[in-house]
Amino acid sequence: MCRPAHGCWPAPRDDAEVFGRYLLGVNAPAPDAALLPPRFAAWFAARGWAPRPHQLALLGKARAGRSALLVAPTGAGKTLAGFLPSLVELAEAPPGGLEGRGLHTLYVSPLKALATDIARNLEAPIAEMGLPIRIETRTGDTPAHKRARQVQRPPDILMTTPEQLALMLAHRDARALFRNLRRVVLDELHALVTSKRGDLLSLGLARLWRLAPNLTSVGLSATVREPDDLRRYLAPQGRGAIALESHGVVAPESRGAVAVPNGGLAQPMADLVVVEGGARPDIRILEGARILPLAGHNAVHALGDVYEAIKAHRTSLVFVNTRMQAEFMFQELWRINEDGLPIALHHGSLDVAQRRRVEAAMTAGQLRAVVCTSTLDLGIDWGDVDLVINIGAPKGASRLMQRIGRSNHRMDEASQALLVPANRFEIMECRAALDAVEEAAQDTPDARVGALDVLAQHVLGMACAEPFDANELFAEVTSASPYAGLPREDFDRVLAFVATGGYALATYERFAKIRRGKDGLWRASNPRVAQQYRMNVGAIVEAAMLKVRLGRIKHARPGSPGVVARGGRVLGEVEEYFAEGLLPGDTFVFAGEVLRFEALAENEVVVSRAPAGTDPKVPSYAGGKFPLSTFLAARVRAMLADPGEWGRLPGGVAEWLENQRQRSLVPRRDDLLVETFPRAGRHYLVAYPFEGRLAHQTLGMLLTRRLERLRLRPLGFVATDYGLAVWGLSDLNAAVAQGRLDLAELFSEDMLGDDLEEWLDESALMKRTFRQCAIIAGLIERNHPGQRKTGRQVTMSTDLVYDVLRRHEPDHILLKATRQDAATGLLDLKRLAGMLSRVRGRIVHKALERVSPLAISVMLEIGREAVYGEAAEDILAEAEAQMMDEALGERAPA
Amino acid sequence: MNARPLSWAPGEASEAPLPVGGLAFLACRSGALWLERERLLVVADLHLEKGSAFAARGRMLPPYDSRATLAALAAVVARFRPATVLVLGDGLHDGRALERIPAEDLAALRALQGRADWIWVAGNHDPVAPAGLGGQGCDEIVVGDVAFRHEPKPGETGPELAGHLHPAAKVGGRGRAVRRRCFVSNGRRCVMPAFGAYAGGLNVLDRAFAPLFGARFTAHVAGAERVYTVAPAQLRPD
Repeated sequence: MCRPAHGCWPAPRDDAEVFGRYLLGVNAPAPDAALLPPRFAAWFAARGWAPRPHQLALLGKARAGRSALLVAPTGAGKTLAGFLPSLVELAEAPPGGLEGRGLHTLYVSPLKALATDIARNLEAPIAEMGLPIRIETRTGDTPAHKRARQVQRPPDILMTTPEQLALMLAHRDARALFRNLRRVVLDELHALVTSKRGDLLSLGLARLWRLAPNLTSVGLSATVREPDDLRRYLAPQGRGAIALESHGVVAPESRGAVAVPNGGLAQPMADLVVVEGGARPDIRILEGARILPLAGHNAVHALGDVYEAIKAHRTSLVFVNTRMQAEFMFQELWRINEDGLPIALHHGSLDVAQRRRVEAAMTAGQLRAVVCTSTLDLGIDWGDVDLVINIGAPKGASRLMQRIGRSNHRMDEASQALLVPANRFEIMECRAALDAVEEAAQDTPDARVGALDVLAQHVLGMACAEPFDANELFAEVTSASPYAGLPREDFDRVLAFVATGGYALATYERFAKIRRGKDGLWRASNPRVAQQYRMNVGAIVEAAMLKVRLGRIKHARPGSPGVVARGGRVLGEVEEYFAEGLLPGDTFVFAGEVLRFEALAENEVVVSRAPAGTDPKVPSYAGGKFPLSTFLAARVRAMLADPGEWGRLPGGVAEWLENQRQRSLVPRRDDLLVETFPRAGRHYLVAYPFEGRLAHQTLGMLLTRRLERLRLRPLGFVATDYGLAVWGLSDLNAAVAQGRLDLAELFSEDMLGDDLEEWLDESALMKRTFRQCAIIAGLIERNHPGQRKTGRQVTMSTDLVYDVLRRHEPDHILLKATRQDAATGLLDLKRLAGMLSRVRGRIVHKALERVSPLAISVMLEIGREAVYGEAAEDILAEAEAQMMDEALGERAPA
Repeated sequence: MNARPLSWAPGEASEAPLPVGGLAFLACRSGALWLERERLLVVADLHLEKGSAFAARGRMLPPYDSRATLAALAAVVARFRPATVLVLGDGLHDGRALERIPAEDLAALRALQGRADWIWVAGNHDPVAPAGLGGQGCDEIVVGDVAFRHEPKPGETGPELAGHLHPAAKVGGRGRAVRRRCFVSNGRRCVMPAFGAYAGGLNVLDRAFAPLFGARFTAHVAGAERVYTVAPAQLRPD
């Protein structure tokens, strides 16, 4: 195992302090060792450790009053590096004692479990050095009296989450609480900044910069594509930075700060400290002897190999992409677990107590494998993992690297990873991801543009804290990097929204939640406003989940609602919207079994086991939760286009692609292949944009509308990460030949105009997006656990509100917020737009007599993936037809 | 999978016959009932100014619900040209709705009232007929054998047309469910859907309907194109 050459892993940067591999237990004095007070040096020495160079570097930054981003792989001692400056400073604190010193360091993590975990880890050095430092955590689980006390008598170091920070900042005493804050540590920053929670945190940070003049910030992050995005996140930006300086707040200076000619606005950045990766990871793609299936995500073919790999290692993490896959893999592994290896399951819908038990067993080294979803993606230290197995495709190169980083916390040893593709497309995706890892190429998402619904929530919170001046708050908000480009007009409209709803028809003045007083300051109208804010805080809207219970329904008489027999086992949870689609008697796959839906009873989904050999009737979504990254998609397209690459692909892929070349064609890298063919009385159109499932779903909806308008009678479509298939009753080959169907026109970008608008009127995805924005923005009440009944009424009324608002004020700020979400979220319009523009003039049509080898892979997902169509009227018509049939049937015997 | 109906030709009747207690109503997908014999248009539960009632409690719902509701009402009035419009209770969301209603929406309401005789049946949200508006108020009214009242009376044996419960039907199929407003009827008793833009719906399988209909009824579900008649076996609870 040797140190990789520079420029290979990862590339060094001009403006960063880059630290190479370090060795444990080596006492070579580091250059900045003098920074470390004797008490700390002795502590390191007593443990046979030397402080790591990046730990000292961060200490140096803190001493110089500079903010910094630390980019380091797992196991580099990131957390201690983040806290060391605070510990040193607090240890040297003036003799005034703890009382009255105020909050010194705030630590914010995306997971409350992580906050608790880190607090525990810090207790050890603090106790061992006898430091007079008080650490506390504050999460949603912290009792109210303790939270109140934490505001009045804060600890030195407080570990918390973005939501709790928002609540504290909206407190009347926020100014006093944070006045002496010196340091804020943001853990797992790469994960936080990709979501609305990151927006919420950025606004909190902007307020902290204002309240605490001496604040420096530290971000801890895994390797990302654009570290400069995170560096900007850690420093006050642009107009805000200037305005803050005029308030006597000194923005953290930054080496390498760039003045961008963007309206003359500064884009300051925190300093960058990079720890080079340790040993290069050892990643293999599982190459079973068998030929891989054409579709599916379960990797059943590889079970034996996965089991053998688990047996050959000490502790393995088996990552899958969805909860359902986790359930399935867990069941299947136990079915072949002849050695009785302790294999556990960990995913987000398991009971919390159950998850804690698994985590504890894991830390204690009692488990040989844990099958898990992304709940274990984040940096909690679960002990001695020596193998990461990734089932299915990784969907993104950076995601894969972060997962692999879970194995082997000693940086000097190579992490071991095994990629297990579940179908032939996934082989290409795994290969592309592996290439990317070898080049250390990253595909973390672009920096976010701050969401307007989160801003609305924040504005209300700020009014609860203390009266504000709109100009000053605008300057403060735009110092947060996600909001640096926020137009003043949008800010004013958000402010108006918070006050009175911001409608063109201004009739709510007398009900205003916040008002501008004679002094020009905005303040909350009454105490109820603060109460509403506290109930609503947060940027996550959870999908409602229902328990799935095995049971039997006893019917008093046929057709009566029936009573659930007690005692059945809970198998897990499903999304409410999935359960809503089921009719009694429908069969579906869950927890690795085919289940028969019996009834919804007392908010539980009651099921029975379907007889052996039953085909599931209702497709349960089994694809990836994350869509394929643009970066990997481009690589897969390139691989497909280059037959020279095919030889590198195992599992029958080369033969499959060769077949495709002979029977249809293999598209060139930037072309879009569209195949049309008849099959079993239906006519199919299959396209391969490789833009991820979400963008394909939207494309499918829009194509279906267009085909319908052309009277080509489409019936439905299915979307995967790689392509989509639309089917219908009209002969598409003939339609193209006769000029009734022009594919260039069908795929033209103007579908994002009127067609999209029309669809958005009725799109369930858009309504779901609107509902989330409406909740976050405080338009309607948040659905708290145990309020399911009210939740349903809310669901209905947001749909009604959406309809009314779209019709009467389509430019309203909340609809703008919804559109911005839809562009990158459930509808992925941004990506769809990029694709349509890319393939302009590059559509290659192949009219076939029968299904092509590539098309089979997409079509096999019919029945596995949800099938879409604008089926609302059809469902009603079918229900009516059913009644007619029954009515006729009743008459027939007479 | 069946083909969807190719298209719904404009002009094709989007109403469905719905006889109640000997009266030959037509059920409209808007949620209104039309009785040709009397040239009578019936709507229930407009809940005008529900949005502003929420705003008064700090939830600033778009203030356009009254105009959306009145525009829908104007459309059915234009289609049928009724001699009489009967609002079957809860026309206004609360007693102060007229203090909050935007002037132009009030004007639209008055204009509608100018086009037909107007009857306000008392509802639990508006127990007395709104002062300052035209029309005649009453607790209930009888047409033929049928009593028109806001709240249905479970014990009553005579034919009855009511509102109040905001019935909605959930129809399942194809791995999805569609939830829409509906009329629920057994031929002697009918509960109308709410007509108001912000009026939510109560599932017809909710226990509130059991004393009125037992297990024998049909739901007449308002689709985007027409009214669909659906049997209880096809319905889903929430």
